[in-house]
Amino acid sequence: MEEREKKIRVLVAKVGLDGHDRGAKVVARFLRDAGFEVIYTGLHRTPQEVAMAAVQEDVDVVGISLHSGAHMTLVPKVLNYIREYGGDPDEMVVLVGGIVPEDEFDELKAKGVDGIFIPGTPISEIVDFIKETVPKKKGMKVKS
Amino acid sequence: MDVDEIVEGILSGNKRALARAITFVENEYPEGKEILKRIFPKTGKAHVVGITGFPGVGKSTIVSKLTQEFRSRGKTVGIVAIDPGSPFTGGALLGDRLRMDGLDSSKKLWIDPGVFFRSMSSRGRAGGLAAKTGDAVRLMDAFGFDVILVETVGAGQSEVDVIEVADTSIVALMPEMGDDIQINKAGILEIGDIYVVNKADLGGADKTERWIKAMLMMDQEAVEILTKTSHAQEYEVQTGKIFDKVSRAGWVPPVIKTIADKGEGIPELADAIEKHFDYLKSSGKLIETRKQRLSREMIEILLQEMKNYLQRTDKINFKEVVEKVSRNDLDPHTAVEKIMKSILKDY
Ligand code: B12
Ligand SMILES: Nc1nc2c(ncn2[C@@H]2O[C@H](COP(=O)(O)OP(=O)(O)O)[C@@H](O)[C@H]2O)c(=O)[nH]1
Ligand SMILES: [Mg+2]
Repeated sequence: MEEREKKIRVLVAKVGLDGHDRGAKVVARFLRDAGFEVIYTGLHRTPQEVAMAAVQEDVDVVGISLHSGAHMTLVPKVLNYIREYGGDPDEMVVLVGGIVPEDEFDELKAKGVDGIFIPGTPISEIVDFIKETVPKKKGMKVKS
Repeated sequence: MDVDEIVEGILSGNKRALARAITFVENEYPEGKEILKRIFPKTGKAHVVGITGFPGVGKSTIVSKLTQEFRSRGKTVGIVAIDPGSPFTGGALLGDRLRMDGLDSSKKLWIDPGVFFRSMSSRGRAGGLAAKTGDAVRLMDAFGFDVILVETVGAGQSEVDVIEVADTSIVALMPEMGDDIQINKAGILEIGDIYVVNKADLGGADKTERWIKAMLMMDQEAVEILTKTSHAQEYEVQTGKIFDKVSRAGWVPPVIKTIADKGEGIPELADAIEKHFDYLKSSGKLIETRKQRLSREMIEILLQEMKNYLQRTDKINFKEVVEKVSRNDLDPHTAVEKIMKSILKDY
């Protein structure tokens, strides 16, 4: 694709019954301050809802915040629904944040996740990762 | 997705195509313009409804409940919700989607095939809309939504741009906002086709309703009578008299009390919206105002094209002309007249 500028749009989502929303809210606010356009879904969304939001909002980054331990099933579900709704998760940067045991990183990444951020991650690390990965995936410059 | 696929997609109900088109338009890619040109013949059918008002009055909640109401009436609904974007960092937290379907509902709106929701950042622009809101609405219109709801930023400054995209403008207020000079300053009392007093559960909604009605009549006498009347029956009598006296141009903006998070007053609001659209159509006002808006839009495009032309052309060295003017060798009016003459033969 040709080199051109685009404002980066990020979806920050909470899926399932998990009620830990502090991390997601903190991340959403910091990403806004870093110059991104951030859409926060609020708590208790279904995988279908998150996927449909990703498609309609045409986001460059899908960030899923999970503290319930259900990441192995919920994350692939979201990505499959994005496909079902006509979107292409391979064109998006997929991030997972929250509680993920380190020995599951590889398996989760193999399911289509680009970056995993566990408690204690400095936000600047997330910002840098997005700024680096989005242009690579989409072949366009970052505008911020 | 290329332009052909997107245009075809929009006209055949593909939401991803619509989403991508809005992105192209919002980022001012040339494909965006091309798509807009091609879908234009399919536009003009939707009823575009704007909703404006201060932050926190309940605009997003009203949008959510109205969407449910219109869906139950068999209409499809597109939504554009604008939130403020920082002119300094460029960032924005787009939080209106969060309010779609309250906690009490079954949350179907997010995946309802008859609903499309798009969040937009104002990207530092004043006036309540994003620069490309009108184009996003047009894309949704071509897609075929029956109703398109536009939620403005709600930053509290004068947010009157909404009338440039909406056929019907709703101004949302809440109790205790009455007789506030801020509201007058914001100019929003001049743009409403329908007024909503939301959060009627908080009490004092009647007073706000009376105040709005009085203000709408722009009649000092009316303002005094109505704000001083405390007895409901007396109030009805007085309003009747005053409404008879003041003949508005065929449409008297109704004031509707709602408790949006409980859904109360929403069917009445939807009725008023539909009634206003009928009025616009039967009175010929719809065609008339849309024509006026197109005229303003085209003049804006024309001016923009002129700017682009001046930067591009080698017929005129604009910078050099500016130099001359700054040395007092030429005055600005004569300079522009010379430019016009060199572009247009018969100027
Ligand atoms: C605060 C807290 C709560 C609060 C939540 C309040 C709220 N509204 O958020 C309350 C008390 C309600 C709560 C309840 C429960 N909790 Co709790 N809770 C915590 C605790 C102590 C801190 C979480 C937190 O807010 N951290 C601060 C934020 C800023 O950090 P963060 O969320 O991790 O976010 C960072 C990263 O993860 C990442 N990130 C997060 N989201 C996203 C999203 C994106 C897009 C990106 C890029 C990055 C990212 O970036 C952030 C910054 O570094 C953790 C333990 C811990 N140390 O993590 C347990 C913890 C998460 N809770 C746990 C559990 C089990 C529960 C309960 C089931 C019962 C219980 N034992 O207390 C209930 C369940 C409630 C429910 N409905 O889901 C477990 C989860 C175990 C697991 N999944 O394997 C933990 C790990 C505690 C433990 N060690 O057992 N909890
Ligand atoms: N008490 C009360 N609260 C309401 C009502 N409608 C909305 N709210 C709440 O007001 C807050 C702001 O609503 P929101 O729709 O986001 O307002 P917006 O900023 O104008 O879009 C939310 O907490 C809503 O739940 C209402 O009728 N009564
Ligand atoms: Mg809102």
